[in-house]
Amino acid sequence: MIEALWGWPPPVFDPAGPYAESVTTLAWVLLGMGVAVTAIVVAALWVALRGPDALKRKLGGERTVWIGGVAFPGVVLTALLVWGLALTASLTADITGDEMRVRVTGEMWWFRVEYLDDDGNVLVADANELHLPVGEPVVLELQSADVIHSFWVPHLSGKKDMIPGRTTLLRVQADRPGRFGGVCAEYCGGPHALMGFVAIAHGQDDFRQWLAGKARRQAASAPGGGAGRRQFMDSGCAACHRVAGTPANGLAGPDLTHVGSRQTLGAGILPNNRGTLIGWIGDSQSIKPGNRMPSYDMLSAEELEDIAIWLEQQK
Amino acid sequence: MKAVGQIFGHAAALGCALGLAACKQPPASRYTFDAGLRDMGRHVIERAGCAACHEIPGIDWPEGRTGPSLAGFDGVGPIAGYLPNTPANLARFVRNAPAAKPGSTMPAMPISSEEAHAVAAYLYGIDDD
Ligand code: HEC
Ligand code: HEC
Ligand SMILES: [Cu+2]
Repeated sequence: MIEALWGWPPPVFDPAGPYAESVTTLAWVLLGMGVAVTAIVVAALWVALRGPDALKRKLGGERTVWIGGVAFPGVVLTALLVWGLALTASLTADITGDEMRVRVTGEMWWFRVEYLDDDGNVLVADANELHLPVGEPVVLELQSADVIHSFWVPHLSGKKDMIPGRTTLLRVQADRPGRFGGVCAEYCGGPHALMGFVAIAHGQDDFRQWLAGKARRQAASAPGGGAGRRQFMDSGCAACHRVAGTPANGLAGPDLTHVGSRQTLGAGILPNNRGTLIGWIGDSQSIKPGNRMPSYDMLSAEELEDIAIWLEQQK
Repeated sequence: MKAVGQIFGHAAALGCALGLAACKQPPASRYTFDAGLRDMGRHVIERAGCAACHEIPGIDWPEGRTGPSLAGFDGVGPIAGYLPNTPANLARFVRNAPAAKPGSTMPAMPISSEEAHAVAAYLYGIDDD
């Protein structure tokens, strides 16, 4: 159900950019070391059980214990640690030039996504989805609104904790266009297993157009009107959700200004179409048990559909 | 109600006697489709998100409740209590319910008519009793 965990080869072994590549290299080296050490241990076991007496004596000697038990792991593990840290240091490097900045905040159980300008002002507010230009590094400023979450899009970078009261940095980059799944990788209670994410990499011009369009919409009034908009405001949705250009300004749930153009609903877990919108609003608790939006099963099918039709227009 | 049920029962028995295709023929499921088509149906159901509103046997998650459970659907009577239960009608219904059954509260779903036939094959293949 959560895309980051789908597919073959597993995303960790299918990097789509330089940061993920260093993680993949590290993963292969660790796997190789693990295999080598396992082979050595199995060989030693064979010697101990079946081997010739001379070898058995050597294996039990003090020298072997010092070399195989202390020197070898000491040197190898220290070298691996130093090398691994150096290899992945670039993942958390600070902003150095004019990299794009996006603030991603972990919330129980979804991700707030805010595209920032150079001064740190919010250009576009969105949720559960990150759009990025191909071939450019993007610096994510990771935060948490409640408990510790962990941000992980395995195709694009390593895993990084989102810690309350702190900002951690994580660089991501995609070198090919496409859609890459992510997950929260730190147990955060309740429906943690249904806390997903999608990253979508566009060509650079495409991306600039996308961002400019969204920024324009944030400053304009909301499209559509009629029964759906009225029903949305009357049902109390506005207390938890923001739709730019309307009185709806709630912050407890995902920003819905662009919900109609999002690829998923419920934090990366459902496809987004009129049916799933109605199903989510009507009874999100049966889909994502324990999530912080109440089920609106007191609304009629018609009222639900009106709301869904209006939300579909929020692109 | 009882009378209606009886009439329906008689009609069904008569239909069966005449060898119409649409009859329940226990214990085997009433239509058989090849496994490939049913598999495709399952994928379509997952991609379209039908389970956001329905509990569907064979789909572990989600189990939405905005629509009726489809457990035991292989043994159901008329589709949505209205349409004669045939593969063509079922495919029409799952693709565009309000067009197939005026006033239906199930919304039209973004699937092609070919995909709808695969979905129908999957639903007829439900065998959970
Ligand atoms: C008490 C606060 C609250 C109220 C009231 C509320 N919601 Fe939500 N809503 C949330 C939260 C929290 C989420 C995120 C749930 C998750 O994914 O864990 C959410 C998610 C959603 C989503 C999915 C967004 C996405 O991108 O995944 C939609 C659509 C939505 N709400 C619509 C509505 C509508 C329509 C109403 C009114 C009928 C409503 N909400 C009322 C809190 C609320
Ligand atoms: C918005 C929620 C929703 C979604 C999404 C949805 N349905 Fe439905 N479905 C309903 C409702 C409500 C009914 C009852 C409709 C009626 O009685 O007219 C229904 C009825 C049905 C029935 C008839 C059940 C019976 O007992 O006769 C079938 C079959 C069905 N849906 C299949 C599907 C399939 C397949 C999909 C995905 C392509 C789907 N549904 C998507 C809400 C939904
Ligand atoms: Cu989590």
